[in-house]
Amino acid sequence: MLNNYVPILVLFVLAFGFAGFSVGAATFTGPRRYNRAKYDAYECGIEPTPQPMGGGRFPVKFYLTAMLFIVFDIEIIFLYPWAVAFSQLKLFGLVEMALFIGTVFIAYAYVWRRGGLEWD
Amino acid sequence: MIGSLAVLAADDNTQLPLTSFGNEPFWLTIGKAVFVFVLLVVLTLFSIVFERKIVSYMQQRIGPNRVGPRGYLQSLADGLKLALKEEIIPQLADKPVYILAPIIAAVPAFLAFSVIPFGPKVSIAGHQTALQLTDLPVGVLFIFACSSLGVFGIVLAGWSSGSTYPLLGGLRSAAQVISYEIAMGLSLVAVFLYAGSLSTSEIVAAQVSTTFDVFGTTLPKPGWFIVTLPVSFVIYTIAMVGETNRAPFDLPEAESELVGGFHTEYTSLKFAMFFLAEYINMITVSALAVTLFLGGWQAPFPFSRVDWMTTGWFPMVWFILKVVGFIFVFVWLRGTLPRMRYDQFMKFGWKVLVPISLVWILLVAAIRTATLEVADRQSLLMVVFGIFLVVMIVFYLLPQPEPDQHPAEGSGLELLPLSQGGFPTPPLDLVVPPTPRSLAAVGAVPAGPATSTALPTSPLAGPPATPDDEVDRG
Repeated sequence: MLNNYVPILVLFVLAFGFAGFSVGAATFTGPRRYNRAKYDAYECGIEPTPQPMGGGRFPVKFYLTAMLFIVFDIEIIFLYPWAVAFSQLKLFGLVEMALFIGTVFIAYAYVWRRGGLEWD
Repeated sequence: MIGSLAVLAADDNTQLPLTSFGNEPFWLTIGKAVFVFVLLVVLTLFSIVFERKIVSYMQQRIGPNRVGPRGYLQSLADGLKLALKEEIIPQLADKPVYILAPIIAAVPAFLAFSVIPFGPKVSIAGHQTALQLTDLPVGVLFIFACSSLGVFGIVLAGWSSGSTYPLLGGLRSAAQVISYEIAMGLSLVAVFLYAGSLSTSEIVAAQVSTTFDVFGTTLPKPGWFIVTLPVSFVIYTIAMVGETNRAPFDLPEAESELVGGFHTEYTSLKFAMFFLAEYINMITVSALAVTLFLGGWQAPFPFSRVDWMTTGWFPMVWFILKVVGFIFVFVWLRGTLPRMRYDQFMKFGWKVLVPISLVWILLVAAIRTATLEVADRQSLLMVVFGIFLVVMIVFYLLPQPEPDQHPAEGSGLELLPLSQGGFPTPPLDLVVPPTPRSLAAVGAVPAGPATSTALPTSPLAGPPATPDDEVDRG
């Protein structure tokens, strides 16, 4: 069964070679004219704001979105095999999945109510 | 399980079993990989010119027409030009990550296409092979995995640039792609419910048109999932635009807010890699939409009866036509819609698309259960029709919501003139003056400079000028 992945590996080698070659070649194909201002961060012409390494802190909102994504992504991971095997599960599968989606919906309603889905 | 599916699929004369992939001679595998690679690059070069041409026609200009025949080599020239540009790596950049990011963005974009079927079984030099690089029992899941990996390229590019705008663009992009991936993933569950498989070639095979009996007559049953599962298709189409960072959801690279977004600090061929990845992603999501909802390489209805159009090499034409159709929709959206605001965009994804998808999945599962468990089709159809009728009547009898009141009417928000501290506003009842040419054609007013220049001088000068006023002033 792992044989099915061999063509993907071939395409990976091809794509990686192409991308790696392009990124590497850029150093040699272009001209090089030194100017200190070129190597500053681009901020539309003004002096760039000093930056802590790694960008410093950013809104907690993004972490919350990431957590929500994990919750729903796991739900999707449960839904896929259920959908594929549905013709064998029939009514039992429907009831079970309605219960599961209902449970996730409670969490979803809670997040919505607490303003977890708001961007201001 | 896999074995039984493979046996089922092998009955069809256009379909090879899943186990046949990867067991071909190695030169054939390499040939197909090179073909997929070239197809993607050529489609990318084509869609860039195609997009610029279409957008230019939508904006009443000519567009690129200098390089090659009618300008069709423009994107090739652009690529060459990018290769000859100076490469700048900002001082504050995290170098290894900065260099790796464009590769991480581009490689998964190529890989995602490897499980897309672009044609039926053909024979090459005596070998029976499907026009598809490979297929997996978890084919669609593999595409999702690749598109998730592509996000890493964008986030790392934004983070490693050591600059403000790319960081913001990268974060936005990550939040956007994962939010819309939920909607996209949920929209496909209904397809898997009907197809009973995650393998792309089997999903295409599940969309073959069949016939069914209603009240004694035999009707052709539409096979494509766009007909049977329209809600899924609409949600998928919206989510795929969000997923690929394209207008009107192109917030990670919103020029008016973030300069260039995550690729602001990238130059030369590194920038070209991001550009390539974006267009390949566009092609891949279009190809996935074609595979899951438009019957893949299958011919549309009147042509599906013609034998040579449904077997051999020809169906690839249908596949590419459908993909180009989707790319046209992408361009059309870009030419028509303004960019959305970020909070509205996230609200739309989480508060509209996700609940609709969940309810739709339960609805489809309920219908599927009914068709699987209840043997009597006709009474089932009657019941469904009855429910539909009741719902329609309930909606008809519901009281209509009051139309929105215009704020300027009797709500204390009348526009004050400038002298009393009001805001400067343009006249709200402005009438577009007739063009001099149309007036001259009718012969009502002699065409002259007066009619074209006599617009109201001040926005608050009074009622809009009528043609009579203009003549007087002239």
